[in-house]
Amino acid sequence: MPSSENNHAGSITGADIFVRCLADEGVEYVFGYPGGAALHIYDALYKQDRVKHILVRHEQGAAHAADGYARATGRPGVVLVTSGPGVTNTITGIATAYMDSIPLVVFSGQVATSLIGDDAFQEVDAVGISRPCVKHNFLVKDVRDLATTIKKAFYIATTGRPGPVLVDIPKDVTAHKCEYAYPKTVSMRSYVPVNQGDPGQIRKAVDLMLTAKRPMIYTGGGIVLGEASAALTELVRLLGYPCTNTLMGLGAYPATDPLFVGMLGMHGTYEANMAMHECDVLIGIGARFDDRVTGDLNKFCPNARIIHVDVDPASIAKNVPVEIPVVGTAESVMREMIKLIKASGKKPDKEALVAWWKQIGKWRAMNCLDYDRDSELIKPQFVIEKLYEITGGDAYITSDVGQHQMWAAQFYKFDKPRRWINSGGLGTMGFGLPAAMGVKLAYPDATVVCVTGEASIQMCIQELSTCKQYNLPITIVNLNNRYMGMVRQWQEFFYDRRYSNSYMDALPDFVKLTEAYGHAGFKIEKPGDVEGAIKEALKMKDRLVFLDFITDQTENVYPMIAAGKGQHEMHLKPCKAVVPTDRELA
Amino acid sequence: MRHTISMLLENESGALSRVANLFSARGYNIESLTVAPTEDPTLSRLTLVTRGSDDVIEQITKQLNKLVDVVKLVDLTEGRHIEREMLLIKVHAGGTARTKIEPLIKEFQGRIIDETETTCTIELTDASDRLDAFVKALDYAGIIEVVRSGVSGIARGEKGLRV
Repeated sequence: MPSSENNHAGSITGADIFVRCLADEGVEYVFGYPGGAALHIYDALYKQDRVKHILVRHEQGAAHAADGYARATGRPGVVLVTSGPGVTNTITGIATAYMDSIPLVVFSGQVATSLIGDDAFQEVDAVGISRPCVKHNFLVKDVRDLATTIKKAFYIATTGRPGPVLVDIPKDVTAHKCEYAYPKTVSMRSYVPVNQGDPGQIRKAVDLMLTAKRPMIYTGGGIVLGEASAALTELVRLLGYPCTNTLMGLGAYPATDPLFVGMLGMHGTYEANMAMHECDVLIGIGARFDDRVTGDLNKFCPNARIIHVDVDPASIAKNVPVEIPVVGTAESVMREMIKLIKASGKKPDKEALVAWWKQIGKWRAMNCLDYDRDSELIKPQFVIEKLYEITGGDAYITSDVGQHQMWAAQFYKFDKPRRWINSGGLGTMGFGLPAAMGVKLAYPDATVVCVTGEASIQMCIQELSTCKQYNLPITIVNLNNRYMGMVRQWQEFFYDRRYSNSYMDALPDFVKLTEAYGHAGFKIEKPGDVEGAIKEALKMKDRLVFLDFITDQTENVYPMIAAGKGQHEMHLKPCKAVVPTDRELA
Repeated sequence: MRHTISMLLENESGALSRVANLFSARGYNIESLTVAPTEDPTLSRLTLVTRGSDDVIEQITKQLNKLVDVVKLVDLTEGRHIEREMLLIKVHAGGTARTKIEPLIKEFQGRIIDETETTCTIELTDASDRLDAFVKALDYAGIIEVVRSGVSGIARGEKGLRV
């Protein structure tokens, strides 16, 4: 039996094994927070310098920071927390990663095996609580299983459709000793992800693609996760077909390319949604037909024959019936498609395509993202446009959730994958700042901007302290409209302008608050000062700068497909909203 | 449509709750569920009965297959197969009641496994609808307790669900 007294030559403690596993796995950063059940592990971390630990101020921040790191780099994010509240605080972050298929490995301390089930101090059933929002999880009961379990956790998190994996480690397991051996590879009879698509299905898909008269290529986060941007770009250009990206897929196809018709969905462009609605062949790749994309399923792409490529078979035909399903990675399937198209000698129907692009041009001419550029108030869209111009479209942009997120998605044109980092599926307010920390640690020389709102930023504002400790000069663009803007927008549209609990009263002075944390802050109230403030902030390369833009309170996100409506039923015309202003409310 | 889905599951703690959790989280129905280890102690065999349209059943099988602990899965309903369920039933059986019950037990090929002066406990293993019929037939006697195992199933013919 393994025991702490058992001192075989070469035996080391579970805590030391844990740290060596991470180092051998190539883990650069662990985001975490110590506590009783994790103290052996923290002691082992203290005695080495291969794995760096980033001490957050709240465990939710650890999960989001690891998530941001994973989204920016493609490598798994790693979290270490203690038992009980330590692990429950990570649940929002784990669920966020789960919804967006982000590879995370979360390690939680647990009370000693002898105490499990006794309602011991800081005991919680971590495996049970996390089960619905992880790809898989483990409770390690024997130190001899620790290294293999850690290897399995990384393997599961990063392969197939990626996702978070939780490993719960009781305190006694971290004290027990055994010999250390980290497996180079691991195989599991019950987990064998499919990579290559079925050649027959791919051939059928290509045949259908080439017969299209009004084709549409609709791609999502799977392209980013599967490192398939280059293949997508080649495929789209080879065919000359219009391409749209989901919120999660922005940057997968260059936004400045003429074949790109913008984001689709609830706040997508008029041209993207109309082209979806009118297309005759829809090619969905690495996207999951979620409700914010499809709108009313009964009205979704009524004329289209649908091809769906996804690494997860359960994503196919989940919401929308599919004519040609292809299970495989986006990269391998698209490479095969390109090969087949080239070899076939067939070309897309040129005449039909010219007519189709002419139609799309008419939709584009609606200029659906237009807004009032002469306003005396700062328009949030204007701030994002300026941010895009000044950063040359080359910054890493994290965001929180709400109107600011949609404006960032609409007005920052992402030409590269992994630059747009937001919580798409779960819609987690509080994600942006800690995610930006993860990105900045991964790419210290890159410009990292967190686009947020005064409501979202307060949900993880404590991480400003972490940014100070590790010197993470992030730029925070706060679009401050003194409302939970998206909630207010829905109340304006669907609740007869009863703005129930959406006004952000008693806001802190963000400039002073930021300064209290040791950073720099500026308040910007005039459109004429926007450009200068952004430039100034980006010049301060060694400091975190909080830009508090006081924006127009009445601005809404357009276009908008109301929940339950069809893709073609968009609100386009901004109406003058009747919104009580700060002064009226005072 | 009623479907009987059978699978081999890693015999790990928590594996069963992953399956059960999937059904509650995604709003699917479970009519019955049985699970026990196989001759290979690392594997459990789990059989569940569920209802849903073809689309829903397709999603259920895909989602189950996606669980890391599920090694192999078969929808027995797609082919010829045998289903069995065990019933233990305790009924009032004092006086003349017993003379009426005994022919029923014989007809359904059940057997009495325990009895007192006033009660009788019967075991019956058969397809679920036969158990339903037996319970219905005994209803008049006064049922004290009904215990059903849930459905187990196996495919007909030479093929088997093996790793």
